[in-house]
Amino acid sequence: MNPKIIVAAVVIAIAIVGAVVYVELPYRSSPKLQIATTTSLYDTGLLDNIASYYKEHYDVSLFFIAAGTGQAIQQAKMGEADLLLVHAPSSENTFIQSDNMGVVRKIFAYNFFVIVGPADDPAGIENLTPTVALQKIVQAGIAGNAKWVSRGDGSGTHIKENQLWVKAGFNMSQLRENSWYIDAADKMGATLTKANEMRAYTLSDMGTYLKFYTDGLINLQILVGETKDLLNVYSAMAVNPTAYPELNFDGAVDFIKWLVSDEGQNLIGNFGVSDYGQPLFYPTVRLLEENTNPTIAGWIRDYALLSYDNQKWECPPPYRAGQDDLYR
Amino acid sequence: MTCIDEPMLLDITLRSLLVSGSATLLAMLWSIPIALTISMREFMGKRVVKSVFNALLGIPTVALGLILFILFASRGPLGPLHLLYTPTGIIIGQAILITPIIVSFTTSALESVDPEVKDLTRTLGASERQASFAILGEAKKGTTLAIIAAFNRAIAELGVAMMVGGNIYGYTQVLTTKISTGVTRGETVLCLELTVILLAIVFSLTLAMNLLRRD
Repeated sequence: MNPKIIVAAVVIAIAIVGAVVYVELPYRSSPKLQIATTTSLYDTGLLDNIASYYKEHYDVSLFFIAAGTGQAIQQAKMGEADLLLVHAPSSENTFIQSDNMGVVRKIFAYNFFVIVGPADDPAGIENLTPTVALQKIVQAGIAGNAKWVSRGDGSGTHIKENQLWVKAGFNMSQLRENSWYIDAADKMGATLTKANEMRAYTLSDMGTYLKFYTDGLINLQILVGETKDLLNVYSAMAVNPTAYPELNFDGAVDFIKWLVSDEGQNLIGNFGVSDYGQPLFYPTVRLLEENTNPTIAGWIRDYALLSYDNQKWECPPPYRAGQDDLYR
Repeated sequence: MTCIDEPMLLDITLRSLLVSGSATLLAMLWSIPIALTISMREFMGKRVVKSVFNALLGIPTVALGLILFILFASRGPLGPLHLLYTPTGIIIGQAILITPIIVSFTTSALESVDPEVKDLTRTLGASERQASFAILGEAKKGTTLAIIAAFNRAIAELGVAMMVGGNIYGYTQVLTTKISTGVTRGETVLCLELTVILLAIVFSLTLAMNLLRRD
């Protein structure tokens, strides 16, 4: 064989190996945690903050796969994540108790969903209850005066939207057939941008809305907010180590413990204050333990605790994977 | 609004170049021998093989991304290799994506070499293999064009990088995945800067290709 060709092949092979080592090594050398997460936590930048803090103090790399809650749960079922950060208690309940895939669930933050829309509010929904507001939007939509953009992607926000529509007496799959109802099938930020462009109403989580509004990317206004029906609660769960023993379960538990520690809770509560004048997410641990705000603590208990054996639990006892000290 | 974040721009650009560059080199290792075999040898089904590679030229990146996602998933057939959500996974995916480009373009370059060159090298006592290299030397320009076009396709594709890489910050985030997801995070300025970088890379390579073609 021509020696020149052999030399060329060897040089190419060395170049490939060098490049692979260069891009892989920094993360293979320290422990890592793969986290499937909802887009609302990711798109606000909170998780980037958490990742750089956690890497600096604990030398663990956090890798986030940002997807809607539905997709994040799917990823975890396939064993592609050590840990989940999501916000749909009903889906979490299925994931834990029916699929037997989720363990060590901890509620770590809350905020509110908001119904946002154009400033002139063509459907006249300002300060109404979510149920009445949605009914008005449907009426205005049929009359050709308003539009609604739906996330339509199986995310936690989409699940919440579905619950609100059901409560208002509508069926999402029928609403989809209407021309005033736009199924965006996209992430929160993209959905807000679409609603803004179309002068439509939509349901958003507070964090993403505030970021986009303050950055001047949208001028939709909050028309309905801060009621029990619009509560948004975020939880962390590890993936069951008996289903996927190869996953980093211990690392996941350490991270959950950090998330609900004073250190983690302060980081969450302070995030965004300097940029937006208010937190984007509120920590829940003290709130629930010390009942600092009984109204909201009561709402969270009603909405986000899971039923097991005729009682309500943050994480039902059989699904605690030996971490009972987290639930005292 | 996000302001210019130079280390991040540099980091993402460098990763894109390394990942797609390695993918191109990797694809060359098997694509050029395949192209030589197709152009130099007569075998059954040669036309079928050629049309398969031609058909694969336009494979949608999301289709390949999905297939690789299923193969690489931890309970998938290649799960034990742990390639999902790694840069190595993207390199392999992009190498597969651009193989048809290198094979098809190089094959036509080789076939357009004057057949007399082959006969001449043979008359001068060259073996089949030596004749192959002589012809590859004659088709240098066409082969280079194929490699540049392949690199361009790799660095500009989104589907494989997104589905196999997962756009993990600081690890598998490349130019196209950051541009596509950054906009939904409201980081329009950063995305514009990254787009300018991507366009600069792609256009300068296209320019190089045109210059090569001309002379």
